[in-house]
Amino acid sequence: MRVNQSIDDLVQIQPAPPPGDASRNPVEQLLGLQVDRRTAVAMAGTALAAGAGLLNAAFNPFGTAESKEKAKLEWAEFFQGNFRLMSSDEKQDTVRRLERLYEMESGKSIRVSADGPRERVLYGYAFNVSRCEGYMDCVRACVQENNQDRSSNMAYIRIHEHEKGEINFEHASDDFYHQVPAAGHFYIGTQCYHCQNPPCTKVCPTQATWMEPDGIVVVDYNWCIGCRYCMAACPYDARRFNWSDPSVPEEELNPNQHYLGNRMRKKGVVEKCTFCIQRSRNGKSPACVEACPTGARIFGNLLDPDSEIRWVLANKKVFRLKEDLGTEPKLWYFMD
Amino acid sequence: MATQPLITDPVTASPASWGAPLAALREFVVDAVDEATHGSRAYHLWMATLTLIMCCGAYAYSTQLSTGLAVTGMHDHVSWGLYISNFTFLVGVAAAAVVLVLPTYVLHDVAFKKAVLIGEAMAVAAVVMAIGFVVVDVGGPARLWHVTPMIGVFNWPQSLLAWDIVVLNVYLIINVTVPFYILFSHYRNREPDPRFYVPAMLMSILWAVSLHLVTAFLFAGLAARPHWNNALMGPRFLATAFTAGPALMILVLQVISKQTAYKIRTETIAKMALVVTVAAQITVVMTISEMFKEFYFPTHHSMSSQYLFFGLDGHHALRPWIWTAIGIIVLATAILSIHKLRRNPWTLNVACVLLFIGILIEKGLGTVVPGFIPENWGKIHEYVPTSTELVVSAGIWAGGAFLFTILAKVGVAVELGQIRVSPANSGPGDRA
Ligand code: SF4
Ligand code: SF4
Repeated sequence: MRVNQSIDDLVQIQPAPPPGDASRNPVEQLLGLQVDRRTAVAMAGTALAAGAGLLNAAFNPFGTAESKEKAKLEWAEFFQGNFRLMSSDEKQDTVRRLERLYEMESGKSIRVSADGPRERVLYGYAFNVSRCEGYMDCVRACVQENNQDRSSNMAYIRIHEHEKGEINFEHASDDFYHQVPAAGHFYIGTQCYHCQNPPCTKVCPTQATWMEPDGIVVVDYNWCIGCRYCMAACPYDARRFNWSDPSVPEEELNPNQHYLGNRMRKKGVVEKCTFCIQRSRNGKSPACVEACPTGARIFGNLLDPDSEIRWVLANKKVFRLKEDLGTEPKLWYFMD
Repeated sequence: MATQPLITDPVTASPASWGAPLAALREFVVDAVDEATHGSRAYHLWMATLTLIMCCGAYAYSTQLSTGLAVTGMHDHVSWGLYISNFTFLVGVAAAAVVLVLPTYVLHDVAFKKAVLIGEAMAVAAVVMAIGFVVVDVGGPARLWHVTPMIGVFNWPQSLLAWDIVVLNVYLIINVTVPFYILFSHYRNREPDPRFYVPAMLMSILWAVSLHLVTAFLFAGLAARPHWNNALMGPRFLATAFTAGPALMILVLQVISKQTAYKIRTETIAKMALVVTVAAQITVVMTISEMFKEFYFPTHHSMSSQYLFFGLDGHHALRPWIWTAIGIIVLATAILSIHKLRRNPWTLNVACVLLFIGILIEKGLGTVVPGFIPENWGKIHEYVPTSTELVVSAGIWAGGAFLFTILAKVGVAVELGQIRVSPANSGPGDRA
């Protein structure tokens, strides 16, 4: 049974309680946090597993004010609820906390947005098979824009080099190192299709991944437990797992982030393409669309009859991959 | 053996009615710990070996915790490996307790009465191991409170994993409480009340079947993986469960019969052997039917089977494993199908060992892993477990064996009357 969390169920940072306030439980008194009973149970239950070190830092009389603040923030982060169920105030608290934590860790400041979906928007994408020449500028732009782990060469987009005469992914190569376009070949890119009927979100035991009202399938990296059931359920190899701590060189970090998008992930969680939610919700196109030198990639609002994507759907003979599965991808392919 | 009651509820009960059971409970715990920590040299050696393996497993797990799951052989293409394979197999072993429970409580077959406690202990150990394998498999074990009903956000009834969490835990609770109640009653020289334990046991039968079906559905529900997405998955899981589980039980019951004064009747073993035989025969039929479908007219959906049985594009890491598994399952089924050989303890044991190993391989490397190979776009990325994964898995198995040994030893001691409540704590109404 799904349990709806009410607003007060979630941890909020509050000013320190007046001294000697006996009505609050000891955890609250020590931390200056407002917690309800259920959260307190969760806290007590998991404190041993995760919080002993943090608590130690928080109450260490010799710790600096900053180390105490950091421990408090990390503690609050650990017990934050599912992002989707947060009030907008809580969402703001959450992203401010992330910004502050990053600043304390690296000395650099980032902006983490919690912007919600725009009104009357449903994003769609089209890929022009005739235009793609396999340059992979999209892949590079995506990795950079989305702060993907460099140590494991993570990439959301795959470009498959097909021999002319058939569309058969089993025979195509996504691992080519030669000059492109190669004679006698054509290219098809795959990535998350933001299925309108996504099997990946259905299987998640914690609702850590879901489809937003604007059609983007997102993951709350703080709520994901890393069971990887969604990876097994996705028919398009769209999801990536952080098998170890992801790393991005400081100078390459994209500081314009979104909570559901390109903010830094931790090890042990799943991530994926978000149509560059940090850009698209600002009215921009995803990085791959902008980076493509041949104009093979088209992005827009499916609900806007004047959008380019609607023009493509109306005027080109489009198709989708693995239609038989009924996933209703919002990424169409077409040819000139 | 203090007679002082621990807690008394002044409103609902008089000290006399609550005090005695509580004092007896305290005495029971003391006696049980005493029983578990004393034994022959062989017993201590066995437990010490298990402890050593558990420590190695804990160390390996600590490296996995600090580095991440990158220390395993899994990757983005084969994102479940040895851990989930073991989980799947152990759920089957747990469900197999029903083979003893059903005849004992429903058919009132006295032949099974003594074995049923051992079967339940095995179910408890198997469920605990299965949960252990899920815990070591997830990327964020500290965040597991997110799937606790009432505290986290539970995606029920959508997610089959959420279902599995429910059925596993309820099954564990039933299999802990009922045998505990029966043992504790015997410990206090009382007859357990059938009005309580019979309905609970009937529920456990239902639960055992759904436990394994739900686990099969967890795989069968994924249209993305044609190797799993077939209707035979559930029935096949049940058939293999009722093969491997009772096979293991036959072996364990004989060990207990040898090592203790708790004698299991040969009739029990013979009846269980019959169950194993029929289940193994059904397993073989299902394997043949599956292979026919995959290979008579191979399609894109047969690629995983192609890879599994014959190799694909020069990759064939699983081929030797699956043929070994099939070979020994067929051989063992043949042995068991011949009455003379099934009744001979020696050949029976050989067949049981073969079946256990064969199905362990078939469920893991033959079912879970090939579901991911080839990956969604047809490329082959193989999977080989690392030593860390093997050591962690061995640690969990050792933990399960450790738990089972303690449960069985205490249970046997109570049943044999070796540990019993002291007269001072036996309370009013004692018939002894
Ligand atoms: S492509 Fe995969 S990850 Fe993306 S929405 Fe569809 S099923 Fe989910
Ligand atoms: S890995 Fe994370 S997002 Fe995927 S199913 Fe598990 S909890 Fe949900």
